[in-house]
Formats: sequence, C-alpha cells, structure tokens
Amino acid sequence: MSSNHYIPDLSSFRNKAFFVGLAGVLVAVYGMTSNSEQFMRSYLLAFLFSLLIPVTCNGLLCLHHLVGGQWGILMRPLLEAGSRTLWINLLFSIPILLNVPALYEWARPEVVANDHILQNKAAWLNVHFWSWRIIFYFLVWILLGYYLNLYSNEQAAGRNEEETEAAKEKLRNLSGPGLVLHILTLTFAAFDLGMSLEPHWPSTMYGVLYLIGGALVTMAFMILVMRRLTVEAPMSHLVKVNHFRDWGTLLFAFVCLWAYVNFSQFLIIWSANLPEETPWYVKRTQGPWSTLAGCLMLFHFALPFLLLLIRFNKKKSAILGFIAAFMIVMKFLDLAWLIAPAFHEVEEAGHQFLHWLDVVTPVGLFGLWAGFFAYQLGRKSLMPVEAAKLPTGGHH
Amino acid sequence: MSTYAPPQEQTAQAQHDPADVYGLMAEFDNQEDLMKACANARDAGYKTMDAYTPVPIHGLTDALGWDDNSVQRIVFCCALVGMSLGFGLMYMITMVWYPMNVGGRPNFSWPAFVPPTFETTILLSAFGAVFGMLAMNGLPSPYHPVFNNPRFIMASSDRFFLCIEAEDPKFDLANTRKFLEAQHPAEVVAVEN
Repeated sequence: MSSNHYIPDLSSFRNKAFFVGLAGVLVAVYGMTSNSEQFMRSYLLAFLFSLLIPVTCNGLLCLHHLVGGQWGILMRPLLEAGSRTLWINLLFSIPILLNVPALYEWARPEVVANDHILQNKAAWLNVHFWSWRIIFYFLVWILLGYYLNLYSNEQAAGRNEEETEAAKEKLRNLSGPGLVLHILTLTFAAFDLGMSLEPHWPSTMYGVLYLIGGALVTMAFMILVMRRLTVEAPMSHLVKVNHFRDWGTLLFAFVCLWAYVNFSQFLIIWSANLPEETPWYVKRTQGPWSTLAGCLMLFHFALPFLLLLIRFNKKKSAILGFIAAFMIVMKFLDLAWLIAPAFHEVEEAGHQFLHWLDVVTPVGLFGLWAGFFAYQLGRKSLMPVEAAKLPTGGHH
Repeated sequence: MSTYAPPQEQTAQAQHDPADVYGLMAEFDNQEDLMKACANARDAGYKTMDAYTPVPIHGLTDALGWDDNSVQRIVFCCALVGMSLGFGLMYMITMVWYPMNVGGRPNFSWPAFVPPTFETTILLSAFGAVFGMLAMNGLPSPYHPVFNNPRFIMASSDRFFLCIEAEDPKFDLANTRKFLEAQHPAEVVAVEN
C-alpha cells in the first residue's frame, strides 16, 4: 500500500481473450464463406455488443466526476482503460461501413424506389450521411475518452494541491457537457445502427435502452474485473466489502431501469395499438422469440432484482461476480432480441431463431476487445488517484 | 460537567444509583473524534449505544456496528402485500366485477395492470418504510433520557455525542467512564433515566 504504482500481470487473461477472440473470428469468417448475408447480420450484433462497454465507460466516468462517490474512486482506472479501447471498436466498424446496403433496407435503391416513407426519410437515412455520422460519433467518443484520460493523468501527476485541483476542475468542466454529448451521441448511434434496421418503426425510448443496457453491462463487466484484481495485494486491501455492495447496488439500479424503460416502451405501443408500431413487438413475440422475451423478463429482471435486493449477495464478491457474469449473458440475449428479429418479416420471424454465427461472431469480437482492454489495463497504474478518500478501516 | 448536577456528584460519580443511570454520554467537539470513539466502542464490544450529531455523517452506522435489517424486511413484506392487492384489485375489476370490452383486448390484459400494481407496491412499501422506521425507533417518544444532559441541546448545533447505554451487557459505570474518557471527549456525563 506504500507504493502508489500498481500494474497487475494480466498477460494470461489477455492471451486467453485474444485466443478466444481470434478463434471466434476465424470460425465466423469460415461461416461467412457459406452465408455472407447471415455473417453481416451477426457481425452487427457482435459490433454493438462489444461497443456498449467502452462507450459507456465515458459516460460512467463523466457521471463519477460530476457526482463523486466511493464507487467511482476505485473503478476510475478501469473505466479509463475501457475508454482507451474505443479505437479498436472504430476498426470493428469498418466491415459495417463497407456493407451498409447488406444490412439496412433504406440503403437499397430498389427498396426505396417503391417506398414513399423511406423516400421522405432519405435526407437522414442515406449511406453517405449515415457513414459520416457513425464516424462522427466515434470521433466524439474517442476525443471524450482521450481528454478524460489526459486530465486524469494530470491529476495523478500533480505535484501539489493546486495542480491536482486544477486538473479536477478540468475534469468536472469536461464531464458536464461530456455526459450530455455521451447521451446524445449514443442515442443517435442506437437510432442509426439499431433502430434503422426497421426504418418504418420509431421509438424515442430506443436510445435509452442502449444507454441503460450499456451502463448495466459495463457495471457487470467491471465487477468481474474487480473480482480478478482483488485476489492479490494491493487491491485486496483497498477494496472493501462495502465497495462491492455499492457496485452491486448500482447494478441493481440499472436492472430496475432496464425493466422500467423496456416496459414503458412496450406499454405505450401496446396501449396505442397502431399498425405502424406493433409489428416490431409482434415479430419479437413469435415462436422462439416469445420464449426469449419471457426469459428476459424472468432472468434479466425478476431474478437479479430479487438476488440484488439481498445485501448479503452484494457483499460477497463471489456471489456478486456470479450475478454479474450472468447479467452479461442476459444483456447479450437482450441485444440479440432487439437486433436479430429485425432481419425477418413478421410472417417468417417465428420460424427463425439465433443462427450459430449470432453466438460465435460476438464471442470472437468481444474476445478481441477484452484482450485489448486487458492490454490497456496494463498501461497505467491502477492505484486510485484519490486514494486519500478511501476508508482505512474494515477488511475485505 | 452538567450544570444541573449537585456539586458533590462531580467528584463522586459512584454515588449514582446504577438503576437510575440511562447511560454514559461523551461529548465531542468534532466528528473525527466521534467517529473514532464509535469505532473503538464497537471494537471494545459495546452494542447498545447511539450517536447524536448535528449533521448526517456518512459511515456512522458502520462505526457504531449497527446491522439491523428489520425495516428492510417490513418494507419487503409490505411490497408483496401491495403488489398482491394492486394486481388482485385490477383482476377482480376487469374479470369479475365489471368485465368490459376495451378496444377488443382480452379482459385479462396484464400489461395494463402493471402501472397500478407498481403504484400500490410503492405506496405500501413507503408506508412500511416510514411507519416501520418510526415503530423500530420507538417513535413518537415524548420523553427521552438523553435530554437530561442539559448540554445535549448542542447536538442540534455543533457538538457530537456518543451515549453508551446502561442496558449494554458490557456496561459498567466506572469502566465505561474510563473507556470514554480515553477517547478525548470534551466531557463525560452520566445521564439519568
């Protein structure tokens, strides 16, 4: 604890993640040779799943700089490492940017020619403007992450209180507009990448689903990373039982918010019962998708809600880690439920379920991302900058 | 020393009839000393004690070693009751008492039941939280012995108090006073019932 420099040896985790990621991508590429259409659909799912965590790292960092709290002091270096991986996600987006018409019907001229609504939306939904928007979102995210890291480094390197205070002031001033930017860009990215798969269907709640889902999966992932980091000193001394309780409580809050926004969207559309809005849900409640929707209600909300109500489960990092891992899987299934049925018509949706590529491609891309995350974790000390604010008593 | 106490008691605390003592109260002029004293008392094995502060102090309950979840259990039970009542009410209205065709939807339209069910769950949980908290704190309480220390009124402005109560099995007038005096208090006073 005397040293304020700590970099864990994560090389074995990093190598495993890269190995799993490469294997997944190779198998997916093999799948592409026989079914390139399905590969692109699965690739979009994989891209979105691996994007949620690094993007949300920016948002949670801004939130922490604005409101403070014990939960963020220890998690900050992890979130900063996450936001430094965003350029990998920019690389991941290249296959999508090159294959827009394969995924989005508004990008196919023959479809737009026969569709008056799509013609009216063409000013927003056209390949050029859309592609530049995606690049613009990434530019905002990468810059936001860059400055969050830069000022944080300044704070850590500050030689006196004046310098650290100046850096903290910069962080606070960046985080207000930064959080607004994060919410706006992620909302519009969700509209562009996800909602425009079914361009006739609008929902103002759609972006919030990604914001909340991102916060949920990021918190779950970081809890798992913390579990790994606290097996050895010095993190095992720094991280107290109450930190895991706080993170568990945040996870609980995001689980509730997820259920709230999903149900709100459903209730509004179900009550209005309008023909241009209901097909989205009709599709997602056909055959196996209906079973998946029921599973999501039970296992993405009801079960974790009850488990995380109990303080004991949040204080035992092993139990909380298990819940967190479970939530990452459920979040993936939730995203699959949002994305995968979009490619089928209402009549045929019940006869299709997740393709094997829908599982292999996300594992591949997420594995590669996790490898880069482990690499970024190893590039900066994980000792909290504001370690003085941590409690000294108590035991892990 | 408390102003109401007769002078001879200032030198001979043992004259207190132990049955009349509610507890020993230590006064601190800053919250750091209070937090340290609470944690030391907890570690020394004292359980029946309470701290009184002019402002909420984060972590004070942990320092006091409080681990009482009874309000949580009350709230959870109230939530279950509220949920059942809300859903039951919607069910009885739409299925039994006044079945009506609304926009061709089935009578058992559970999505529409959710908001009222949610509201009744929250309502009864809030009742459980407020009234459960009052009940577990023994409130309303028109009389409380801590006010027998005339300086206790300072707990509302800028003084911090820790009171180890006589009910505590470890409580001993002489030893507990010695313990509290070792915590750098401004003063230690025996509070009468």
